Formats: sequence, structure tokens, C-alpha cells
Amino acid sequence: MNDILNIAGKKFNSRLFTGTGKFSSNKLMSEAILASESELVTVALKRVDVENEQDKMLQSITKPHVNLLPNTSGVRNAKEAVFAAQLAREALGTNWIKLEIHPDPKYLLPDPIETLKATEELVKLGFIVMPYIHADPVLCKRLEDVGAQCVMPLGAPIGTNKGIKTVDFLEIIIEQSNVPVIVDAGIGSPSHAAYAMELGADAVLVNTAIAVSQNPVQMAIAFKMAVEAGRMAYNAKLASIKKHAEASSPLTSFLN
Amino acid sequence: MNKTFQNLFDTYNWDDTLASINAKTAQDVEYALSKTKRDLEDFKAFISPAAAPYLEQMAHLSKMTTKKRFGNTIQMYVPMYLSNECQNICTYCGFSMTNKIPRRTLTDDEILKEVAFLKAKGYDHILLVTGEANKTVGVPYIKHAIELIRDQFANISMEVQPLDQHEYEELIEANLYAVLVYQETYHRDEYKKHHPKGKKSNFDYRLDTADRLGKAGVHKIGIGALFGLEDWRADSFFTALHLKYLQKTYWKTKYSISFPRLRPHSGGLEPKVEMTDKNLVQTICAFRLLDEDVELSMSTRESEVFRNNIVHLGITSLSAESKTNPGGYVVEPQSLEQFEISDERSTELIAEMLKQSGLEPVWKDWEAFN
Repeated sequence: MNDILNIAGKKFNSRLFTGTGKFSSNKLMSEAILASESELVTVALKRVDVENEQDKMLQSITKPHVNLLPNTSGVRNAKEAVFAAQLAREALGTNWIKLEIHPDPKYLLPDPIETLKATEELVKLGFIVMPYIHADPVLCKRLEDVGAQCVMPLGAPIGTNKGIKTVDFLEIIIEQSNVPVIVDAGIGSPSHAAYAMELGADAVLVNTAIAVSQNPVQMAIAFKMAVEAGRMAYNAKLASIKKHAEASSPLTSFLN
Repeated sequence: MNKTFQNLFDTYNWDDTLASINAKTAQDVEYALSKTKRDLEDFKAFISPAAAPYLEQMAHLSKMTTKKRFGNTIQMYVPMYLSNECQNICTYCGFSMTNKIPRRTLTDDEILKEVAFLKAKGYDHILLVTGEANKTVGVPYIKHAIELIRDQFANISMEVQPLDQHEYEELIEANLYAVLVYQETYHRDEYKKHHPKGKKSNFDYRLDTADRLGKAGVHKIGIGALFGLEDWRADSFFTALHLKYLQKTYWKTKYSISFPRLRPHSGGLEPKVEMTDKNLVQTICAFRLLDEDVELSMSTRESEVFRNNIVHLGITSLSAESKTNPGGYVVEPQSLEQFEISDERSTELIAEMLKQSGLEPVWKDWEAFN
């Protein structure tokens, strides 16, 4: 129905990426993720018991169509991030890494300098790097230059559910990018997700809004539909807002 | 990153592209007009026959958009031809190897005489032009010329033969700001007909010149097609495709588009496909509506009336009083030109014309900090 998303050669039918945090139970998390039809689910390495193959949370999301995307949440600089990524690769058998470096534990805002540094290093080490960043168009191009396979600019501060507050910058990022743009953080409702997709985002990542809803499974389905609708609207090309042309003296009469 | 524009270009077919432009409808044009962010499909609509009745609307939007981004200013520049020696055969060019004209390459002394004249006129942005003759006007000559004049000009551009990346790097190091290199036509077979001999006959090497420039880190790249060689609609589209590719790939570089139409010269060639004044306005507006930031440049090839009006419709940089022969300003004004210019008014008159119509001519808008 909708077109297929390709990141680093891997194909995704679903443009909704989800997370594993903040759910009230592993069972509910598993059901919500299944209902969302998401094919990429991020998991904080710090929450996984890497020594224990029977880790309950991991087990509950191990499904054939669900790819695990370990994230480095909790690290404060590039050095820690590279270490965490290597640990994740070993423990979970994937070279995909969602790079989150937030030295500030309150707002969890990403550090652009450390993120660029870590991305460059991780790409050299063979990782598929998905960096979580501010909606900074220059940073996105710099990340692309060092080999990031996509960029994940935030729509609003993480966990706030405020929606697409960075729209002007996201539009520039989407216009300029040669890699997929995934709006990460801040998406609080299906309408926000649909809006991001209408702008031309390649995918969105939603966690809190699903996990903290009164009914995570229903909400997961609502997000799935919103992302599909937004993508379809983008492909179908939105009708534009009518502007009235101002009448003034003719500019092309010299041609007659 | 070994991908170049050629990889993208080769996925397009000339005839299909032209057919898709000609298939655009009035509805497509209206849709494109109503958008704020436009893509190459919108650009196709703007250059299609269906857009002809919308020219006035396009002109208004283009004017408004240009003013919003550039204000009421026009950047002034002037070309300085350093040499007419050339080992290429180009069917449309006065300097073509087979043309029996006296050949001349300016000496240091002559360059400085021309420079003194142009400085007195007020110019601070200069465009150096040569033919392609590697023994006499190769990279060492060009580099030397830049070093000779760089204290006198804030901004130095050049329009010479395509070079290798390391050669561009060497010239950029010497304070070269911009390079203009026009594909002439993006029609591969037609290109071969017009460039049968010399290094210029290599279509692909020329096509990827902007990539080499981008990799070399030049500040600005100017591209364009010589309208008249082939269908102007398709050549405009491929120029736009090239622009969009370059902007996405070499994002630290600025871009400018020029709109040369075939002009008479010694040994002249008649245009195969005519581009009328209306078509040219349509094309200029289409580029502005596609891209709010790109620099659009207009030379003295066009007539007084045309230039008086087009400076309000999207153009952001303008030359005046140009001579297209080496030494044409003072050293040897009588030598043969590359092509006849049309607007022969003096720099002073052009500046006055701009001021009278509410535009400020800007002479200096750059400083090299390296």
C-alpha cells in the first residue's frame, strides 16, 4: 500500500518505530508492539540483563518481524557511547545502534558534539548508526557526511508529548537530507505523527505516548493508522492553502 | 563517496523528460503556484507550454520571493577575458580553434591595465575568462593571474576549461571564490555535434565538473545551459536537476544559474531551437520559484529593455559594459569578440538605471578570510 522504507539496505513496511520503556508490564508492552505492527523497536541497553539470555523483557518482544534497536541511553559522552554500542553488538547480535548521548539527566537533550564524534567512530567500527539529535539542519548534514545511515531529529523535548515544535527546522532537514529522516521524541498523539509524516519525514519513533496511554494497545493501533495516513497523504501530495494574489501593475507587458 | 551527478543523470532519458514537461497541464501549473515548497515536478510545470498564460502570475511571485530573500539589491560583476587561445572546436563560439582570428593572451602588464580600468569603474567582483589552451593558459597561468589581481578584487570567479579536483584546490587556495562551468547542453548526442574536437568533446568529464568543484570545497558553483543548442525546456530541467543534486550533496557551497542564449559571433551558428524573450522570463521565474536562495545571473547578452525589466523578476547579479575579447577594455579594444553583447550601456548608466528603479547596485559583498 504505502511505499517501503529503506535504511542501510534493510526494508521496512512500517514507518512507525516504537520503544520499550515506561510500559506497566512486559505483557502489555508486547501486545502494544505487536498491535503497532512496528518492525523496529528500540531498547535501552542499560535495561537489558546482558548476562541473562532469559531476559524477560527481551523475550517478550522477540518476534520474527520485530528488529531490536539497542540504544545507548544513559551515556554522557562519545567514549561511553562507543563502549555501550560494542556491548550491545556483542549481547544482542546486531550492529544497529540508536545513538543517544545526553549528559543532562533532566531533559535528556542530546549533545551534538559528542554525537558527531561517536557517529564517526561507530561508522568506522561497522555500525549502522541512528543518531538522536536536535532538529539542527547543519548537524544533520555533518552526520550524513561522516556516514550516519539516517538522522533522528526531535520534534519536542523527549517525553513531553508536545508534538512537532521544531517544524521549521524539520522542513529544512527533510529538504536537504540524503538519508532517511526519522522524527524522534515529542510526538504525543497520532495527529502529531500524521503531521510529521505529511511534512515528509520517512518515519517516526513513538514510545511514551503509547506506553503511558490508558490503553496502550488501542493507542498503538491509532499511531499505526496515523503514520500510514500521513505517509499516504504525503505521497498523494497535499492540496495547498489558497493564497490570494495581489493585483499590481503588470510586470511582463514589456514582452508584448 | 564516488557517486557523481552522472549516476543520477543516466537514469533520465531526454525524450521522456521532454514529453513529461510538455504533458503538464494548467492544473499542474496552478497547483505549483499555490505551493510554498516546490519540487522538480513543479519546476516542469513552470517551464511547460501550459505555463505560458500564467507568466504574469509567475513574475509577481518571483519578484516577491526574490525581494524577500535578497532585498532591493543587485550584485555587480564584470568579466575580464584573459585569452582567446583555444584548442576546442565549438560550433557556436567565436574562439573556436578553426576560426581564423588573431590569438592573444594577456601579459601581466596588460592584465593590470585592464584591471585599472575596471577598478575605476567600481568593480570589486571579477570573472576571469579564458579559452582552453593548456600550454599557454593552463592552471599555472590562471593561478598567476589570480595572484596578480587578488589584492585588488574582493571576489574572484573564473570561467575556464573544466579542471581536476586537485587543480581546483590549488586555485581555491590562491583565493579563487567561484567557478562557472556550463554544460552547454545536457543532450549527449547534440553535445557531441557541437564539440567535435578537443578536450571539451568529453561530455562526461564536463558533466562531473561541478562534483569535482564541490569536493574541492569551492565557495560557489555556477551552472547553466547555452539556450538555442537544444530544446530549452529540457535543458532547463536538467540544469534544475543538477542544481538540486549539487545542493543536497555539496551543502556548504553556494550556487548560481546563468541563462545564456546563443548570440551572433564571427562564424556564427543559428539556434536550432529558438528561445523567445517570453520563454527566457518563464525560465528565470521558474528557477526562482523552485529555489528562493539560488543566485540568478544575467549578462550583457540581453537587450537594454529586457535587462531593465528582468532585474526585478528574479535576477540577483548583473554584469555591465562587458567586453568579450582579451584586452577589450583598454589594451586592444578592436580585437574580435567571443560573441556580440547586446546591452552596451556603460557601468555608470546601468548603475543609474538600477537606482532609478529602486535597486541598489552592490559592488563588494565578500572578503576572503583565509
